Amino acid sequence: MGSRGDLLVQIAQYFATHGSEYVHAVVQHVAITLAATGAAAVVAVPAGIACSRFPRVRGFVTGVFSTLRIIPSLAVLFLCISLIGVGEAPAILALALLAAPPLLINTTLGFSRVPGAVLETATGMGMGVARIFFTVKVPLAAPLIIAGLKTALVEVIASATLAAYIGAGGLGTIIFTGLGLLRSDLLMIGGVSVAGLSLVVSALISWTEKRLLPWEA
Amino acid sequence: MMDVLTPVSPALEFHHVTKRFPDAGYNAVDDVSLSIDEGELVTLVGTSGSGKTTLLKMVNRLYEPTAGQIVLRGHDIMAADPVQLRRGIGYVIQQVGLFPHMTVAENIAVVPKLLKWDSARTGARIDELLQLVQLDSAEFARRYPAELSGGQQQRVGLARALAVDPALMLLDEPFGAIDAITRDGLQNELLRIHAAHRRTYLFVTHDIREAFKLGTRVLIMHGGRVQQFATPDEIAAAPANEFVVELLASAGTSVGPSGEASVETSGGMSAGTSVGTSTGDDVRG
Repeated sequence: MGSRGDLLVQIAQYFATHGSEYVHAVVQHVAITLAATGAAAVVAVPAGIACSRFPRVRGFVTGVFSTLRIIPSLAVLFLCISLIGVGEAPAILALALLAAPPLLINTTLGFSRVPGAVLETATGMGMGVARIFFTVKVPLAAPLIIAGLKTALVEVIASATLAAYIGAGGLGTIIFTGLGLLRSDLLMIGGVSVAGLSLVVSALISWTEKRLLPWEA
Repeated sequence: MMDVLTPVSPALEFHHVTKRFPDAGYNAVDDVSLSIDEGELVTLVGTSGSGKTTLLKMVNRLYEPTAGQIVLRGHDIMAADPVQLRRGIGYVIQQVGLFPHMTVAENIAVVPKLLKWDSARTGARIDELLQLVQLDSAEFARRYPAELSGGQQQRVGLARALAVDPALMLLDEPFGAIDAITRDGLQNELLRIHAAHRRTYLFVTHDIREAFKLGTRVLIMHGGRVQQFATPDEIAAAPANEFVVELLASAGTSVGPSGEASVETSGGMSAGTSVGTSTGDDVRG
């Protein structure tokens, strides 16, 4: 009873004395996550579209990305250190590699699953190639792409904790400090914050999904 | 509000049209020549692989002919921009192909939007079309396709194809996946709509009864070639060859010269007209 009370007091004290540090860590964590996922999307979404169009590309690219997926993110992080040193850049690169597979696979699936009959009538009604792509294929592939984005973001938010290991900051800093000093209040704050961030992002995406994709209900 | 369409005859001509797909050892459509008049509802019937769908899809250039010429209302279709050509041709397929992410109203509005109709005109046309295919606008206009039954979806498919009142309608087994009772109702409505507007319809089916019920003339195909092209009565009275006889026999007695289907369609061209006069009045929106 006493220790739990102590813990709460300690947590309250942390926020009282380290409030701005905490906010900074959260902002850093979110920034790293967005940068990594954004970088992954820029590569993986076009690659996924190419995969859905050219089956030969598909075999090769999905093979590469599935292999990437097997490598533990911690291993990727350390590999990145040996290649480009410490700091934010290697962390973002490693996390982007982690975010790419779900984005790529879901984009490929999303575009491949647009029903042939819909494309046939779209063409038959006199829609041009570009119009079909933007007004038919993209919206119909969107639910799966968004699902991939959600998976990627949640994975990256969790793994970005490790980025603190190589000096990129974020909520991982609080957790690693807690581990070093054996302070359960810091472990608690860091852990719950990461989990909370995941939940908030998931909820935000689900909300956007409902707004954006009313026919999916 | 509809554009006045001056009749052009023949509406659609095929001159020695042949289609051979790459790597195929035979012609899917083999030297087909025929001419269809404005306002006809021609049904194309044959077994699978007979070339009927291939022939249809060459008209809106989803397939390009290997040889020959197709002339739509006096213009060689190969000289036109395919995208522009298709906007003037209604297209309905068995799987319907409604856009799942668009409401019923948005689906119907696709071609009017492509043609840059203003929203008032488009809105009025949507109501008119939903009435034409007997769907209550207030109830259905804002629904998504997934919220409709198969028969309702095909009604919307039909309304969408009719949106800009095209001179030519291509229908590829539109009722093929619909249960028998609903199909019968849709067939009657198609006859009613055709009779009311007198556009040219090309209707592919593998169901000989449907072909005889709907067609002002029936085009029987086999092996990529035309076996017979005549009114249902003429075909029933004088089948052109062995294949036509077999096809009629396969449909059972109801399509023969003494059968009910031939009674229903007696008079060929007049089939559409008689239906039109009996129920046509409540059609016009």
